[in-house]
Amino acid sequence: MAKITLDNLAHSYLPKPAGEGDYALKELNHVWADGEAYALLGASGCGKSTLLNIISGLLHPSQGRILFNDHDVTAQATAARNIAQVFQFPVVYDTMTVRDNLAFPLKNRGASPDYIRDRVQAIAAMIGMEAELNRKARGLTADAKQKISLGRGMVREDVNALLFDEPLTVIDPHMKWELRTQLKALHHEFGHTMIYVTHDQTEALTFADKVVVMHDGRVVQMGTPQELFERPEHTFVGYFIGSPGMNLLDAEVSGTTAIVAGTEVALGADYGRPKGRIQIGVRPEFVTLAAGDTGLAVTVRRVEDVGRHKILRCDFQGAEINVIAAEGQAISPDMTQLIFDPRAINVYADDWRVSPKSPAEEAA
Amino acid sequence: MDKTVNQKAWFLVLPVLVLVAFSAVIPLMTVVNYSVQDTFGNNQFFWAGLEWFDDMLSSERMWDALARQAAFSAIILAIEIPLGIFVALNMPKRGFWASLCLVLMSLPLLIPWNVVGTIWQIFGRVDIGLLGYALDKIGVSYNYTQDITAAWITVIVMDVWHWTSLVALLAYAGLQSIPDAYYQAAKIDQASRWAVFRYIELPKMAGVLMIAILLRFMDSFMIYTEPFVVTGGGPGNATTFLSIDLVKMALGQFDLGPAAAFSIMYFLVILLISWVFYTVMVNLDKREGN
Repeated sequence: MAKITLDNLAHSYLPKPAGEGDYALKELNHVWADGEAYALLGASGCGKSTLLNIISGLLHPSQGRILFNDHDVTAQATAARNIAQVFQFPVVYDTMTVRDNLAFPLKNRGASPDYIRDRVQAIAAMIGMEAELNRKARGLTADAKQKISLGRGMVREDVNALLFDEPLTVIDPHMKWELRTQLKALHHEFGHTMIYVTHDQTEALTFADKVVVMHDGRVVQMGTPQELFERPEHTFVGYFIGSPGMNLLDAEVSGTTAIVAGTEVALGADYGRPKGRIQIGVRPEFVTLAAGDTGLAVTVRRVEDVGRHKILRCDFQGAEINVIAAEGQAISPDMTQLIFDPRAINVYADDWRVSPKSPAEEAA
Repeated sequence: MDKTVNQKAWFLVLPVLVLVAFSAVIPLMTVVNYSVQDTFGNNQFFWAGLEWFDDMLSSERMWDALARQAAFSAIILAIEIPLGIFVALNMPKRGFWASLCLVLMSLPLLIPWNVVGTIWQIFGRVDIGLLGYALDKIGVSYNYTQDITAAWITVIVMDVWHWTSLVALLAYAGLQSIPDAYYQAAKIDQASRWAVFRYIELPKMAGVLMIAILLRFMDSFMIYTEPFVVTGGGPGNATTFLSIDLVKMALGQFDLGPAAAFSIMYFLVILLISWVFYTVMVNLDKREGN
């Protein structure tokens, strides 16, 4: 169990990176607190796995240091870092029995046979494979094999951190839920520092205390699920998290008002006069469709009933705006105006969130 | 889907039947025909039953050749398989050097067998061959035409030189198919180099290694050209393997009957051993699949 510090860390797969674009992982300075569960969330190819492999020591970073409990481990090999890692696709030792597979990391570290036996039994119970302990791992189904991989990752109690690289990709949906719950339970019980890489927001939001969103080799936001939802620091976070994601509209912002294609929209705070490409972002949950002439005039293109609520796909001068409406709400043809909840509007300049100068009373 | 019954479709397999008949069945039956008949020349044959088979089974000459053959195959397998694996493990995984290695390793496989024999025949000569001359100069007594041990060593080293590449290339292909995650997981699990080989590389190579063993066994068990060119089966009969003996009997002495009986038994032995290998391989696959 350890606090992990990334100090000035960056990585390029090229031997001589020229510009920033050559880096798979751009400069990072972060501290990952001891005993917390983190989810590393991002689209494929954003550098999540690169970061994970650097932490576990499978990859040596091009620059910067990595510290476990303030102790520099950058030069240390994987084994010396005492890390457990579970990969996307099952890795089992085919010719060994399930029992030997689970015992393997302990045996290699010279644990006592009694301890190994008890520990393997406990892990087997956790992954639900007690009955198969004496079976050869060869020929098991993919999700059974992945459970073994997970078990092998969890079998050591003294690890500095547990890393998961999209470990539930090959698992059945209902089993996914169960295993994720077990991972969480394990986290509560032993308090390991856990890092869980995924591109599935549900997985990230349900598993982690803190979600780290990565985009294009950068950590764009690190925060609780609620922070990510309410105050996305980057347009990517807004768009990537949520279903559907945040609506983003080009706008001109001055003080407490934004002008979107000639229409005035009130903001919840004073943003001054931000420079660059200005957008306002508002989540579909905070947009309402109404009659009258006080909001943005839109055409409703489609209404999707997804069960608990409806998603309205609206067209605003060629741009799509999504609205989430309550299931019982009636939609009538005269409803052509979108109203934004001013407090839920975020302002972005060149994709990064602009902090308000001070909360303005008159707009609230 | 309903299948239309059309017996005329049988005609479509006729070309294959004809081809197989001429390439395999008829020649083989000719041999069977010779093996059960005797002749005193003039193209007059009479029935001999299983006499030749009896003769051959009690012939010391055949058993000796079989023993030499088995020893040869066993020795080259015992050398080439581990050596091939070792070479494959130490080859570069990717990039320019990997390609260069592959090309260099393929070269011996492309040389015609009698050329390989000639190369080694000259290479080992004490008067003009680089190897023979050098060994002679540093005081090692080496003469493959007179010394049985030297002859065997030459024939074996030649085969190893010629065919280890094949094993290495197959093993290399097997190794290349192992995803990186396996090695990474092994590092995380703190597995030793030996454990990585024993539990990751060897099981993943098992399939191709079975093929390598099968191919090398069949080829070495039928070997003729190379030892014939180098030693001619000598000194004495020391390197007279089954094929060499068979050719001596059939073409040298023109004993068609015994040679035919010999051929059939030779064929059956190879068939039998290949069948055993095949069964083992299929069972391995089954174990993989269930």
